[in-house]
Amino acid sequence: MKVTLHIWRQSQPSTKSDFRRDGAMVRYELDGVSSDMSFLEMLDVLNEKLIKEGQEPVAFDHDCREGICGSCGVVINGRPHGPEGGTTACQLHMRSFKDGAEIWIEPWRASAFPVVRDLVVDRSAFDRIVQSGAFVSVNTGAPQDANAIPVPKADADRAFDAATCIGCGACVAACKNASAMLFVGAKVSHFAHLPQGRVERAERARNLVATMDAEGFGNCTNQYECEAACPKEIPVRVIAEMNREYLRAKVTEE
Amino acid sequence: MHGEVSERIRRLLSIQGKRTVDDFHKALGKIMWGKCGMARNEAGLQQALQEIPVLREEFWRDVRVLGSNESLNQSLEKAGRVADFLEFGELLCRDALERRESCGGHFREEWQDAGEAQRDDENFCHAAVWEYKGEGQPEVRHQEELVFENVALAVRSYK
Ligand code: FES
Repeated sequence: MKVTLHIWRQSQPSTKSDFRRDGAMVRYELDGVSSDMSFLEMLDVLNEKLIKEGQEPVAFDHDCREGICGSCGVVINGRPHGPEGGTTACQLHMRSFKDGAEIWIEPWRASAFPVVRDLVVDRSAFDRIVQSGAFVSVNTGAPQDANAIPVPKADADRAFDAATCIGCGACVAACKNASAMLFVGAKVSHFAHLPQGRVERAERARNLVATMDAEGFGNCTNQYECEAACPKEIPVRVIAEMNREYLRAKVTEE
Repeated sequence: MHGEVSERIRRLLSIQGKRTVDDFHKALGKIMWGKCGMARNEAGLQQALQEIPVLREEFWRDVRVLGSNESLNQSLEKAGRVADFLEFGELLCRDALERRESCGGHFREEWQDAGEAQRDDENFCHAAVWEYKGEGQPEVRHQEELVFENVALAVRSYK
């Protein structure tokens, strides 16, 4: 199949001014694309062609290419990770597009995720949020029997739903407020449902929310675009749970 | 060390050849998969040991890495890695050649019993490592014997 691509090209990291001045959409025609190729393989083919023509290849992030690491992530035709629901860009295939399709590819747009080059953004803000409390620091001692701490099945399921977050940032890219609340909510919810995580629940909720605000992410206005874009289909209830945990932490603060 | 790294980067960027990094990566992958894969034999490994140095030499003569080292350059990163693979792949073949037995998934076609891996505990009951001796120098193999005090080694049957 043949596709026409419009790709955001930016050779230098973002400046603080108007992002439109940092780069531009560039049009490329690509022939010989197989419908069995993944979206990223299609970009690989484009890059080989560009290099042979003496043009610098398009920079984009990727690692596992099997939907588990969260490194890939571009906005495809206005939707983070593209047209298929519950699918990362690396697991999207060209069969999801028609022969002759025009495809617009852009980086995540959020001031907390500055563009490094082309489609690559700096997502270290997420790392700093995680470092501020998305873990269990209690000393759990020697390994115990698997069922020594009983966890009701419903709690385990809720925790697991949140734990499927791969930290790709699609929720931020989808949100008009560039809010990271689905991501932060997933971390809070994951631990709040488990006995090991409850020990530090108040401190965690306070710290994660404070870091999220300091990093410049916006607030939630209940548009639910994040849930629609999330490749792991994390439900927006984690945001409600985060707000509840935060409120609980605030009223019990000493 | 810093100087060596800068020199290597400068060299990669200045070759400006015709073949892409991926092209070399795939060519090497094809050699490794075909001749140093799950089933390998002496003839194939000897052939791979002829082919890899030729490919490596071509890499350093004809690779095309565009852009600079002043900003994020994914081709340059990849070129550095493939340059490593071109050395490491050769060592893997030498190691496979050295192991004249079949052990688990490392199947030397010459050592089999009707399709079953045939181990040689007499000569290969050890763990081996290769010591790097500097660029262009052959690596040196060291081995540590595996000593079993309480179990007798026996042939494992999956049938
Ligand atoms: S490359 Fe790992 S999730 Fe897409």
